[in-house]
Amino acid sequence: MTAELILFLVLALVAVGAALGLLFSRNAVYAALFLVLNFITVAVFYLLLNAPFLAMAQVTIYAGAIMVLFLFVIMLLGAKKLKTRGENLWQRRLAIGLGVVLLGELGVLFFAKGWRGTLIGDIGSKFGSPESIGIELFNQYLLPFEITSILLLVGMIGAIVLTKDN
Amino acid sequence: MIPISYYILLSAILFTIGAVCVLIRRNAIIIFMGIELMLNAANLAFVAFANQHQSVSGQIIVFFVIAVAAAEVAVGLALIVAIFRTKQSIDVDQLNSLKG
Repeated sequence: MTAELILFLVLALVAVGAALGLLFSRNAVYAALFLVLNFITVAVFYLLLNAPFLAMAQVTIYAGAIMVLFLFVIMLLGAKKLKTRGENLWQRRLAIGLGVVLLGELGVLFFAKGWRGTLIGDIGSKFGSPESIGIELFNQYLLPFEITSILLLVGMIGAIVLTKDN
Repeated sequence: MIPISYYILLSAILFTIGAVCVLIRRNAIIIFMGIELMLNAANLAFVAFANQHQSVSGQIIVFFVIAVAAAEVAVGLALIVAIFRTKQSIDVDQLNSLKG
């Protein structure tokens, strides 16, 4: 086992453990903190996969801005009040059964394709850098980039309209 | 080097946990977190394939997914706050006004 494989396995365990923590935690604040841990481990995966710009974007936007928004709303609504009554047991069993079916389907789909390739550990310092992302983004994906700005504007206006006092 | 199937398997596991989270939890905020987890799992698969094919396009898609997720969270949390104001609860089982 190489050092890289050991690092991958440890990080994968942390990521899956954090996701399970989100699934089973009773307290919404703990669930949000587990999700932050999961996002940070995924950012480390991005670094392993030669995507340093995305790793930093993941930490600042996902683990930073989005999760702060989540925690802010949890605090605003009151963490104690968010406790709900017990879930239906048959619904839970059905959902876990469906989840196992989904995982099986994904596994069959992926491994029937026979993706056996290995990943490149070090492609070169340019790949995935802010420079290469920027060149690709502003040459080939300029229109989607502009549409994204309109989407964010609409989202902002929508949030203001929805929470406005009448 | 790590085989790409390991990353795909991890992505599939995270996606499934997110989907089960959406199905079994009744708290609207935690359902939202499950959706974020699913988006994140898909992003991981995109970045792994971008590495395999040595193409930056996969990473650009992840960039757009992050932007869409940010807009979605802003509107979704505003909706949850509006629902909480009218219902005094965010239990999705109690949102049955359209049931007839």
